[in-house]
Amino acid sequence: MATGAKLIADIKEKSFGEEALFDGLRFEVPAGQVVALIGPSGVGKSTLLRMIGGIDPDYEGDILIDDLVPADAEVPGFVFQDPRLLPWETALGNLLAVKPDLADDEGRQLLVNVGLDAAENLRPGELSGGMQRRVALARALAVSSRLLLLDEPFVSIDRKLARELQALVASVVDRLGLTVLLVTHDPYDAAVLADRVITLRGRPVRVVDDMALDTPRAARNADHVAAIVSELDMGMRE
Amino acid sequence: MAGSRTPKRQGKIGLEWFSILLLLALWQVISMLVQHRLFPSPIVVFIEVYDLAREGLLFPDLAKTLSRAAAAFVVAMVAGIVIGSVLGRFRSLDGLFGNWVLIGLNIPAIVVAITFYIWFGLTEFALIIAVVVNKAPLVSVAMREGVRDLDYGLSELAHVYRVSFWQRVQKFIVPQLMPYVLTAARTGLSLIWKIVLVFEVLGSDGGVGFRIGLFFQHFDMKGILAYTVAFMAVVILFEYGVLRRLEHRVLGWRPAQS
Repeated sequence: MATGAKLIADIKEKSFGEEALFDGLRFEVPAGQVVALIGPSGVGKSTLLRMIGGIDPDYEGDILIDDLVPADAEVPGFVFQDPRLLPWETALGNLLAVKPDLADDEGRQLLVNVGLDAAENLRPGELSGGMQRRVALARALAVSSRLLLLDEPFVSIDRKLARELQALVASVVDRLGLTVLLVTHDPYDAAVLADRVITLRGRPVRVVDDMALDTPRAARNADHVAAIVSELDMGMRE
Repeated sequence: MAGSRTPKRQGKIGLEWFSILLLLALWQVISMLVQHRLFPSPIVVFIEVYDLAREGLLFPDLAKTLSRAAAAFVVAMVAGIVIGSVLGRFRSLDGLFGNWVLIGLNIPAIVVAITFYIWFGLTEFALIIAVVVNKAPLVSVAMREGVRDLDYGLSELAHVYRVSFWQRVQKFIVPQLMPYVLTAARTGLSLIWKIVLVFEVLGSDGGVGFRIGLFFQHFDMKGILAYTVAFMAVVILFEYGVLRRLEHRVLGWRPAQS
């Protein structure tokens, strides 16, 4: 089993204009842990994920992935809120677009692993919304990163599909032992997938709760999940 | 699938060819009603095309005009794509040179032609450069819009996955710009055909425009229409034989194209 990457985020300052978004925010994610960052929409979760992913380098402080700044660290697997596929490329082509040296057989296997057995030659326009999201997940896995960054990957899809994708992500993460940072506004996503939940709130953003989930992910039943959701809901409202 | 020709598409092409036959039929009917030597029927014109081809005039003239149009098209497209891409990418340069493009777009073609003929004489070079100066701004504007419309989300995607520069160009940028390039090519070609002919009438040693100018001096409508028909046939062949195929190949992924 591969070991995930270790992540340290120590943001001294990040501002938009005059407004300080982050002013002293720190957390660590040990290797192989799945951490959910939850908080209300617009609190800055996605911005934080973009900073960790190296998309937004405009901040003061340190983000270290295995002791390296994002630009020097290994390429993370990144799943955006929307599938963000290249519409002119096939499903396999979308994987190859970000990982040109990926062997075709490896790409096909990745697609099979996310439940797309016969979709390699289909373009995004020929895929359902759920299939597109599976391709986006396969693409994130194609770079063989030990860090997977998920930005609201279950938003704007129906509940049944969201549950399917959550089960898929859980199985992939458990199999590969990846470190995962999941950004979500929905406590249910966190309750199903995370080992630990960090709740963010306020302006500047601060950590208002950092909760380890004791019951292993695979052992959680509906009652466990409901209890966690209830607790997280209360934490977000306080 | 993108590469197959669907019955729906075949039906559309059939309808398009039928529309040309309809136009010819309409022309025939009007000519029969008018019954005048200045409005010859399509049959008479097609016979004239045959005669002009046999006399050895038509094909050399067509070749001359087409080679001029092709040279001007290539240079104008390359110049327009480069200028438009730079202006679309760098706002400051667009602010500095945007008005130059605007002037280039609106300056009358005839002024450009006369100016270049005076400066460089009635040469092939002057004709082609005059066409390029008329056409390149149009391509620039299309490309500028294309570059401005590049999907920022896809740029982020390429950034986060650290896609190499050439891979970005090839897989992320060029496919997004192709609709703009093809639109610029199509509108540009139609413009270039017209401008080249006008410039040939103004001053050249041969070509479709030059010959039409001679026919005009004798009010020879049969000859004018014969050259026009031959020229239009080339344009239509180019549309179906090259542009449509290219469009289908490059833009086949778009739902409207499949």
